[in-house]
Amino acid sequence: MFLFVVFALIALAAAVGVITSRKPVYSALFLLLNFATLAALYIMVEAQFLAAVQIIVYAGAVIVLFLFVVMLIGGGELDDIGGRNKKFLARLTWPRGIALVLGLGLLVAVGYGLLSGQLMTATNDAAAFGQGSVQAIAAVLYTDYALPFELASILLLVGMIGAVALAQPPKKD
Amino acid sequence: MVPTSYFLILSALLFTIGTLGVLVRRNVLIIFMSVEMMLNAVNLSFAALARHFLDLNGQIFMLMVMVVAAAEVAVGLAIVMAVIRNKDTTNIEDVNLLKG
Repeated sequence: MFLFVVFALIALAAAVGVITSRKPVYSALFLLLNFATLAALYIMVEAQFLAAVQIIVYAGAVIVLFLFVVMLIGGGELDDIGGRNKKFLARLTWPRGIALVLGLGLLVAVGYGLLSGQLMTATNDAAAFGQGSVQAIAAVLYTDYALPFELASILLLVGMIGAVALAQPPKKD
Repeated sequence: MVPTSYFLILSALLFTIGTLGVLVRRNVLIIFMSVEMMLNAVNLSFAALARHFLDLNGQIFMLMVMVVAAAEVAVGLAIVMAVIRNKDTTNIEDVNLLKG
């Protein structure tokens, strides 16, 4: 429980850091921290393999891609969350006010639904679960989910081709 | 053991912060990062519920979400680079070519 609270607080702080940072580089690094703590939380819910995948895919590939783009376009300060010396209320223009109200409303609705629900009991029978091992996941992935697995590979291929095609410089006629 | 609902509430909090980021920020890269954060929040709830019901299907779904997120980031960042090449901006307010 103690570990959960620590990781949850780090994840939340990193998430707030992502959306409040003035420099995109800081946002990307906060996002990395968020992904890393989420990997730790995956281990706490018996998803060890996916924790490893999380680190490899998100921390290894996605964040590096983000940092590449930030470095390419120059990581200057952004002014879209208001100037540094403005008061908080002065920054709170009406779209941001609406966004804040909607976000808090979503949070209250979800929190109320969960806390009044039936999910407060913890299960202890993790042994029947295969411990989230590669073997247990592979047994399901390559039998019941063989077709989605193949489709995922096609999706990745299409994504790769699309990225290469979009990144081409425009042709001079 | 930590109750499943705690994980779900953390997931909801992270998703809400991601939503706020998408709604409030105007920089396309930050919006992208917020979307990634929302995908991860959903993944966390998948993981927690997979443990709750002792069902590995949830973890398969997480794998699929990660595949989609990886493809999305590759294509999305390529689009961002194309937009920067044409308009020299990352502010989505300035990208209004389709506006009548």
